[in-house]
Amino acid sequence: MTLILGHKQGMTQVFLEDGTHVGVTVVQAGPCVVTQVRTQDSDGYDAIQIGYSDTSEKRTRKPQQGHFRKAGVAPKKVLREERLAKPAEASVGDSITVDSFSEGDIVDVVGTTKGRGFAGTIKRHGFSRGAETHGCMNVRQPGSIGAAAYPSRVFKGKRMSGHYGSARHTTKNVRVVRVDAERNLIFLKGAVAGPKGGVLQIRTAKTGTKK
Amino acid sequence: MNRMEDLMQELGKKRLPKLHVGDTVQVHYLIKEGDKERVQIFTGTILTMNGRGIARSITVRRIVQGEGVERVFPLHNPRVQKVTISRRGKVRQARLYYLRDRVGKQTRVEELVGEKVRKERERERAAQAAEEAESTPEPSEKVEV
Repeated sequence: MTLILGHKQGMTQVFLEDGTHVGVTVVQAGPCVVTQVRTQDSDGYDAIQIGYSDTSEKRTRKPQQGHFRKAGVAPKKVLREERLAKPAEASVGDSITVDSFSEGDIVDVVGTTKGRGFAGTIKRHGFSRGAETHGCMNVRQPGSIGAAAYPSRVFKGKRMSGHYGSARHTTKNVRVVRVDAERNLIFLKGAVAGPKGGVLQIRTAKTGTKK
Repeated sequence: MNRMEDLMQELGKKRLPKLHVGDTVQVHYLIKEGDKERVQIFTGTILTMNGRGIARSITVRRIVQGEGVERVFPLHNPRVQKVTISRRGKVRQARLYYLRDRVGKQTRVEELVGEKVRKERERERAAQAAEEAESTPEPSEKVEV
């Protein structure tokens, strides 16, 4: 189980040995440092907490400053925790770099999707649109939301307009196409959630197997 | 995203030949059959150029035994070893899809001639020669198709 944090840089394509090309997302990841190890005894569960991206002490809140001082590491902008099935092998202060990953690894990538604000049902749930002509006036409307006298209410969970995006999203079983240890870059096959510059968590896939 | 642009430059080839729609080109394409490697030369007219940066590609059309054949070549693909221009085309469209509806003599594209073209060709040849001299001399066995 390996975990690393990074910033999404953007997408491009790379050519493989067999002459095909593949679209990749480039992620600037690490170096990260373990800031806390949670154990069954002290916290009731096993996990590691890692920090990424240096920042100044002045920019860090007081309680956070104490937290970093206790761990004996420089203040970090991003802190993330990952639960582990068994007690952590890492200890506080350990550093994690892109070297922990290699070409061909299968990973899960957690990010925050682009915010779309208050979105209608077409964008948010993929509803179909009404006709634009022939006197129709229900082009982007959701239509009926239920029967009348019975049940006399709208069912819970009815798909409607509302806030869309800015939500945590995990892209599972993503293949690592290339690792550039010199510049701390990881190339992931395909797209992952979030805008350029968005923070991503990359961890060994929970279900996928290495092929 | 300046860093991304730098990265893309690095991932692709340093220089691409100056191609134009309507040009007759020879694409030297590396083919691997089992353990054997050989370079196939695909000759034809550039119908269209697509993509930008590392995704730049050309569609080349030629007539093989009375049947039109089109192939798309990503220009930055290492398997596309070389693209040479044998003839500049005089065209008025950005995409020569009209060639698909034509047969026989009509499929020809008029040649673009003139001082400018001649100079450009010379520059291109010099650049290509310089590039080849720079890269390590490797035994190149070329098989005509």
